[in-house]
Amino acid sequence: MKFSEQTEAKLARLVESYPPDHRRSALVPMLLFIQDEVGAVTPQVVEEVCARLGISPLEVEEVVSYYSMLRREPAGRYHIQICTNISCMLVGGAELFEHACRKLGIGNHGVTEDGMFSLEEVECIGACCWGPALQVNYDYHHHVTPEAFDRLIEQLRGNGLKQRGT
Amino acid sequence: MLHPEPHPAEVVLLTRRFRLRDSASIDTYLATEGYQAFRKALAMTPEEIIEEVKKSNLRGRGGAGFPTGLKWSFVPRNSPKPKYIVANADEGEPGTCKDRLLMQYDPHSLLEGMLIAARAVGARAGYIYIRGEYRYLIEILDRAIEEARRRGFLGRNILGSGMDFDVYTHSGAGSYECGEETALLESLEGKRGVPRLRPPFPATSGAFGCPTVLNNVETFCAVPPIILKGGLAFAELGTPKNGGTRLFAISGHVNRPGVYELPMGFNLLRMIHEVAGGVRGGRKLKAVIPGGSSCPVLRAEECDVAMDFDSLARAGSMLGSGGVIVMDETTCMVKAAARILRFYAHESCGFCTPCREGTRWLATVLTRLERGEGQPGDIEVVRNVARNMLGRTFCPLGDAAAMPASSFVEKFREEFEAHLEGKPCPAEEVAIHA
Amino acid sequence: MPEPIRLTIDGRSVEVEPGTLVIEAARRVGIKIPSFCYYEGLSLAGACRMCLVEVEKMPKLQTACTLAAAPGMVVRTDTPQVAEARRAMVEFLLTNHPLDCPVCDKGGECELQDMAFRYGAAESRYREAKHHVPEQQWSPVVYYDRPRCILCYRCVRVCDEGMGVGALGVVNRGGRSEIAPNRGDHLECDECGACIDICPVGALTSGMYRYHTRPWEMAHIGTICAFCADGCKTTLGVYHNRIIRGNNRDRSGLNGEFLCIKGRYAADFPHHAERLSSPLVRRDGRLVRATWAEALALVESRFREALASGAPIGIIGSNHTTNEENYYLQKLARQGLRTPHLDHPRTGDLPALMAAVAGREAALARIEDLYAARAVLVAGADLAQQHPLLSWQIRANWRHHQARVYVVSCGPVREDRYAARSVRVAAGRELEGILGLEESLRTEPELVVVFGEAIQGEQVARLVAFGDSLGIPVKYVCLVDYANSRGAADMGLLPDLGPGYQPLERSGMALDEMLECADLAVLWIVGANPLAGGVRPPARFLVVQDLFLTDTARRADVVLPAASAYEKEGTVTNVCGEVQRLRGAVSVAGAKTDLEIFTLLARRLGLETGPVTWEKLLDEISSSVPGYQVSAAALRAGVPQQVRPPRQASPSRRGKVRSARDTLFTSGTLGRYAAILSAVREAPGELYRG
Repeated sequence: MKFSEQTEAKLARLVESYPPDHRRSALVPMLLFIQDEVGAVTPQVVEEVCARLGISPLEVEEVVSYYSMLRREPAGRYHIQICTNISCMLVGGAELFEHACRKLGIGNHGVTEDGMFSLEEVECIGACCWGPALQVNYDYHHHVTPEAFDRLIEQLRGNGLKQRGT
Repeated sequence: MLHPEPHPAEVVLLTRRFRLRDSASIDTYLATEGYQAFRKALAMTPEEIIEEVKKSNLRGRGGAGFPTGLKWSFVPRNSPKPKYIVANADEGEPGTCKDRLLMQYDPHSLLEGMLIAARAVGARAGYIYIRGEYRYLIEILDRAIEEARRRGFLGRNILGSGMDFDVYTHSGAGSYECGEETALLESLEGKRGVPRLRPPFPATSGAFGCPTVLNNVETFCAVPPIILKGGLAFAELGTPKNGGTRLFAISGHVNRPGVYELPMGFNLLRMIHEVAGGVRGGRKLKAVIPGGSSCPVLRAEECDVAMDFDSLARAGSMLGSGGVIVMDETTCMVKAAARILRFYAHESCGFCTPCREGTRWLATVLTRLERGEGQPGDIEVVRNVARNMLGRTFCPLGDAAAMPASSFVEKFREEFEAHLEGKPCPAEEVAIHA
Repeated sequence: MPEPIRLTIDGRSVEVEPGTLVIEAARRVGIKIPSFCYYEGLSLAGACRMCLVEVEKMPKLQTACTLAAAPGMVVRTDTPQVAEARRAMVEFLLTNHPLDCPVCDKGGECELQDMAFRYGAAESRYREAKHHVPEQQWSPVVYYDRPRCILCYRCVRVCDEGMGVGALGVVNRGGRSEIAPNRGDHLECDECGACIDICPVGALTSGMYRYHTRPWEMAHIGTICAFCADGCKTTLGVYHNRIIRGNNRDRSGLNGEFLCIKGRYAADFPHHAERLSSPLVRRDGRLVRATWAEALALVESRFREALASGAPIGIIGSNHTTNEENYYLQKLARQGLRTPHLDHPRTGDLPALMAAVAGREAALARIEDLYAARAVLVAGADLAQQHPLLSWQIRANWRHHQARVYVVSCGPVREDRYAARSVRVAAGRELEGILGLEESLRTEPELVVVFGEAIQGEQVARLVAFGDSLGIPVKYVCLVDYANSRGAADMGLLPDLGPGYQPLERSGMALDEMLECADLAVLWIVGANPLAGGVRPPARFLVVQDLFLTDTARRADVVLPAASAYEKEGTVTNVCGEVQRLRGAVSVAGAKTDLEIFTLLARRLGLETGPVTWEKLLDEISSSVPGYQVSAAALRAGVPQQVRPPRQASPSRRGKVRSARDTLFTSGTLGRYAAILSAVREAPGELYRG
């Protein structure tokens, strides 16, 4: 498996970061960076990572199944992760999540039919003082009211523009 | 994310560059005494550096509050193995979002803190283990590392001193448990985030089985001012045994939530009412979790307390990671407890029995209670299961789940009973009438 | 010796060596601290939390399985707090447990049942829905039932550390954590079943045993495994005269708890559908059933004719028959039938080694030496395939004592992973490979050399001379293939050597010569299959004594059904010269033990008058066979005895040495009749050849 030049450069830098006899250290970030490009940790990705790091598929499976950001199936083009943990919950995080389900017509871990959006209720994302908060892919959105959410969705749907964190 | 001006009660030391233009750039950093502390450290012996940190009474900002200087002194100087510096940037404790700002607005202070630690213990490489969700911060840090390399602060023969040291970012991928230092090291080595048996401690056998200094981001960021201005000056900002300032993330039902740098020992009520602008909507304060979701909850009347490790311990809670979660009178305590326990059940690594089974059990019972499906005896089950977990799990995650569970039911028992008896939730009653 | 440490446990003073864990220190004085994840010999986990104890000056309860004893430490295991902690842990373990004990294979020997009985509460307060996961079959051997699993990780550790395989891991996290096999939905491994035996609950069960019986319904008979030469003790579980399983949970025997797939699950061959239950004689070119009297009469007449005419008789003995049988057979051959033509399929050059180390008591390594020696050299053998116990011992030695391991082989072997040096050589250049290691070996304080058939004849003497030149104590193991290959050679089933490798005045034909000799009036093949895939030997009359109608038996004129090792008493000698006792576990209708067949024939020929028992023969062996001066009484009582090299011994100058090069899943002819060995799909050795 070959990845884009950008990803390959990232992976190359990554592998150089660790002592030579600890190549395996690159595993978790490597899986995440590849997932960013491929969309999921597919069986082919597992095979590729095994080959690159000299480890067994079981060792990769143990790790993939442990970390909550790693997934087997592709998410939507815009993966919306809404925090409902305590700080966000206190300021409407749970209600925002319910609103998002209705708005997108999907449930937790669902993907819209057009593959544009996927939704996930996530644990604390480190935006406690600026809740309710969500991430679209890696971009943060703070103080998200239901109205702001609707605008965000329309904007994403309309032009697919990448959002920047505040 | 930042208020335009710091609050007058704030003591801006670690946050002093936050509001500068291009605060993350090395030019800004250098223009504001950046890397001066490291230059000074180069002229000091390792023992002098550690002594200075000890004098500062700096205690770990991740949650456990272990004295930093002491931790550094455990690294065996004569070990033939390479030594490593690891920054714990896996900020994941609900209610905590301070390291995020430090890395976003002042990444070089983290690098400088790590450099000084490297100088103190003779390390050649450092890693910043950063949670996967903080991707944009990895980009900021990578840029900062690149800048520092270009200016000769990282790499070989740093500033002609003969010292070699480099720093690498390392992304996590979604696991609260990786904030526990030995689970973090496992993750750094490409494994599941399952904690290691101690001893050996990371100071003697950490990353790649080598001596390792592992500290929270804020802890490292506190090191440059300590070296530059002296340990005593830092210590004097706080209370005895609790040196310096602390970044408090105040979230929940306050008018001005945010991250504030306040002296250790700052009064909690003042923090809420004065710094954070008081309880939202003029409502009554009901409860506060003072140090991130794993700390026992305080009732409003218990909140007249100094925010330092020792005072909070006396009050039956903990300073933890400095995440102050404020709840007003409309907050359903059953709902809050259930949400917190669902989090710990989700994040338990599953390695040891009481945490794996206990968090799941607690989350299930509390969620049932929240839904009004409680059964007689549920409250006792929660108290008892929490008690059976406390102090008996492999790592502190079990305690982190047990403490909120037992404190919520014990301090707000009447509310749990109301849910059990099918009565209206007292908090919702308040909300309706408010 | 470091100063011992004195501590107090439940008011009793205990002295232990530094580094001893509190759980072990307690055991020394008879205080049992319950545990699941702690397992002697494996890495520490601290996962189950059953072993929590109170320690003075420590605020929290401590896990006795991870806490090293310290001077003056005061430990209490009998307090209400400890009892409460144990009760709580059992309750936690049972929260998601299905409590399906009535239909669980582990019922009756389940550690969780025992713990719940001893330390648990009478009732559970857990009222939540249990998380169900369907049972998974990972291989013909291994089944996994997640809801029963208590995640003690014994299986993961024994597979990785003990076996060196690492086929099991942990996936998911929190309450969803489960054990997973290395190939997604199935296992590729040694299929040894160590994970199943070590499982304290019914989470891992075997395809052979599950749903067959309950532990208390079986008879448990400890005997020696019938397959390879390592001599593992296996306790056979017998239900209604059928062997259901083997295990060694009591860790008795020189193998401790080790067994491979053969010792655990291949003991069903006595009950194979093709097992011979009646003698067969050839009539009109076809083998037909006959009575014992008819068959024996026919054999008798042929022997009598040969004896009368002076035509030669050839005898090929077995690698599976007992020492007593072998001893009796050579006596019958040489003294009764007055023939020198005696041999057996030789798989390692034992005579050459015995001749080279004759009289040197310390020159032969025992099984325990492989675990204790500071350095071990393995030459020309893939131990993980052919001698899994030796492989286990060396691996444990490396893990526990940091032994230095050297490998000289033609291809990759499992030992490569931790070998101090691995040398690859072309086949036949093994000795050169060993000589090339001289500089490294010289720095070792001691050495055990394990060598296979690759080194034979003159090379063995050169190897021993090289060992002598190192100036360090060196011990040897000459590898041979089967359960009593060693005993066959020791008892003199050789053309030119008698019992104890004593040279004979008159040497006879070796195996290959006999198979080609047209002058033989009778060729008698006992428990061997030298004609596999070949043609009928030119001997005029062929008698075969075996369990099955093997390729050899198919060509016989008379076939006599013999009893297997699991159906008889006697002793066998393993690859390291440890003599152990077999015990009959089952009886198979129609078959007779080889000894019984020998004596029936001897009696018919007028060569035997009195009763012959294995005990009497053992007495005779221990008083007359050089090297076998061991306690027959101890052996009869089940205590293994170590034989010594004879004071003088000769190499054999006739015949060939050939290993069958079996794998974990083959064992000569016998292996074909063990259902499980052909059911597993792994390519042997794939795990470390990949």
